[in-house]
Amino acid sequence: MKLMKYLGAAALALAVTGTANAENVKIGVVLPFSGANADLGQQMDKAFDLYVKLHAKDIAPNTVELIKRDEGPPTGAQAKTVATELITNDKVNMLAGFSFSPSSIALAPVVTQAKIPMVISNAGTAWITNLSPYIVRLSFSMWHHGYPMGAFAYDKIGCKTAALAYTDFPPGKDSTEAFKTGFEKAGGKIVDSVPLGSPVQVPDFTPYFQKIKDEKPDCMYVFIPSGAHATGVTKAYGELGMRKAGVKLIGPMDLIPDNKLQDMGDAAIGTIVMGNYAVDLENAENKAFNEEWHKAYGKDSYPDFMSAAAWDSMHAIFDAIKKLNGKVDDGAKVVDAMKGWSTNGPRGHVMIDADTRDIVQDEHAMEVIRKPDGKLGIKVLGTTKAVKDECKVQKIGRCAS
Amino acid sequence: MAVSDSKAAERVLDVSADRRQARDRAAGYLLRRHHFQWPEALPWIVAIAAFFLFPDRMTFGSQVLVMIMFALSLDLILGYAGIVTLGHAAFFGIGAYTVGLGAARLGWTEPVSGLFAAAIVSAFVGFITGWFLLRYRGLTLLMLTLATAIMLQETGNLRSDFSGGYDGLPGLEFKPLLGLFDYDLYGHTYYLYALAVLAVVFFFVRRIVYSPFGQALTGIRENVKRMHAIGSPVHRRLVTVYSIAAGIAGIAGALFTQTNAYVTLTVFDFDNSAKVMVMLILGGTGRLYGAFLGAAVYMVLEDHLSKLSPTFWQFGIGLLLVLAVLFARRGVLGLFEDAGQYLKRFRS
Repeated sequence: MKLMKYLGAAALALAVTGTANAENVKIGVVLPFSGANADLGQQMDKAFDLYVKLHAKDIAPNTVELIKRDEGPPTGAQAKTVATELITNDKVNMLAGFSFSPSSIALAPVVTQAKIPMVISNAGTAWITNLSPYIVRLSFSMWHHGYPMGAFAYDKIGCKTAALAYTDFPPGKDSTEAFKTGFEKAGGKIVDSVPLGSPVQVPDFTPYFQKIKDEKPDCMYVFIPSGAHATGVTKAYGELGMRKAGVKLIGPMDLIPDNKLQDMGDAAIGTIVMGNYAVDLENAENKAFNEEWHKAYGKDSYPDFMSAAAWDSMHAIFDAIKKLNGKVDDGAKVVDAMKGWSTNGPRGHVMIDADTRDIVQDEHAMEVIRKPDGKLGIKVLGTTKAVKDECKVQKIGRCAS
Repeated sequence: MAVSDSKAAERVLDVSADRRQARDRAAGYLLRRHHFQWPEALPWIVAIAAFFLFPDRMTFGSQVLVMIMFALSLDLILGYAGIVTLGHAAFFGIGAYTVGLGAARLGWTEPVSGLFAAAIVSAFVGFITGWFLLRYRGLTLLMLTLATAIMLQETGNLRSDFSGGYDGLPGLEFKPLLGLFDYDLYGHTYYLYALAVLAVVFFFVRRIVYSPFGQALTGIRENVKRMHAIGSPVHRRLVTVYSIAAGIAGIAGALFTQTNAYVTLTVFDFDNSAKVMVMLILGGTGRLYGAFLGAAVYMVLEDHLSKLSPTFWQFGIGLLLVLAVLFARRGVLGLFEDAGQYLKRFRS
């Protein structure tokens, strides 16, 4: 009996200390939930929720709590206000999300001062990671897609000359700069560079593309914001008969957003893009990811590259929590735990570069094809392994400091 | 000033007794308007109380103060002079970039002198554009002001190597305020700083609208033909007030850059011009405190609703605007006035 009593007391003590040890990690999620970009926020938010739902048991007895706030328009101001308050008012342990580069740039000094890790799941301006030692990026920089596309276009697609067309805002300029650097290094020649107006509205692309068609380059590299712009590009490209005229359409994967692809029709077939994710990408993790996604959000809802990045972001955060056993009060330790982290995710093998805190990932050249079931899909033409952000490797422009 | 004017006029003109009485009444009315009344202390008490009640929310608080100042500058031209503009963000942006570029490119990081520079540059641009644009009224003016803001934005985008473009000017650092108070994570310093600047700007604006110049503006708003007929220099008055309002919007923009330590070209967005107008109309135009109430109500509501439902909060804001347009045409302050009138009638 006495023994039982002792055992009981010991068990009780264990239970008490057990609960005392379990930490509740607060994660501030900042994503655009309103306005024109609300669907971007949804794609990432769904992935965050799905990961937490499926993997909460991995970090038991510790728990996570997501506190969500609206990132607002890409001005930086609102994101900075809400994220600062997540830190000062809600006392979050880390921040995640961030669709837009201006939000991340505005916040960099704040997270440095507050020593709060900031996990970026989308914002793609290359030099963001240089701004604070507390920034970790799981998405991509514009150089991840643009730079390897340069060599691939020259060597494999057979482009000797190319024209650039881009929406006139930072990602557009970055992406074309990246392609140009890679393409010229491989030996190609850029014949023209055409800005396509502001990202706010979708212009009629016909006059721009007609000009490029007349210049007869082998390829046309187009950067536009993923979404409604993409449909416009394919339409104008098809109507002008540019493929028949010998001008191939290439670009980063934003050209063929998964949820717009089916509406693009025959004009899209033959488009070659460089990217880190597609629903059709063949690996076991992606298959499981898609299955879970459909189970949770229905048959007609598809994940995209942002969802995949958000999924991996949450994975990295969970692994850091596990590694530190819930003791995440020291932001620097959390960032250290993420440095060099790697996994096989929906996008294939990904790793966080210990020096730059930016992602290292495989880039796939993908061609749009008509699948046997009649739907449009992609075929992987070739893969460039372990691509780093070349802007920081070569220290170009603002990436140098 | 108004009183001495009317007295001087009295001395010159030999007026009959009842006329003199009427004049005295009018002078008395103007004088009373100019006097401070106790409810006017209310917004300031609220602002100071907010500092002590919500010490963790001062970053947001500073943003509210900046928007109040921006709305106040719009009130001066829209509410008092009747100039309808959809490009007021142009001056906000110029102020924001004067301070931003000054800090990033010239190393001019002293905050208070930055505000003066922003005010002067914005007022100058207001003077130049106003000189041309204010010959027009109505829809033409609306389009031209909108075009001004877009042109400035595109110029910035064209020279994004200098302006930083839509990625903005990151990591701006400003010297401690008056050499004493540094920026803190909780935003306490900048809240009090913004509040002090707002107080100075407000009393300046208040002085203007109750001066004969302000009366002339109201006259232009109410009946521009009659003002021409009595020989009032309408164009000159409009350009003057437009430049002053531009200068104040510039100060608001400068504060915006300083509190955020960051600025992008989106400050020139149409959204920014439209939002400030919505705030002002919500609070009540031509009422000085309409800017305070409108901006505060809009931003606090936006903040609360977006926390309540990050996805659908815009519906709440939309509903409020529809209700305001249907039932409170003269803004929330207009509602208060109506209620006051009703009470008075009820008592007598």
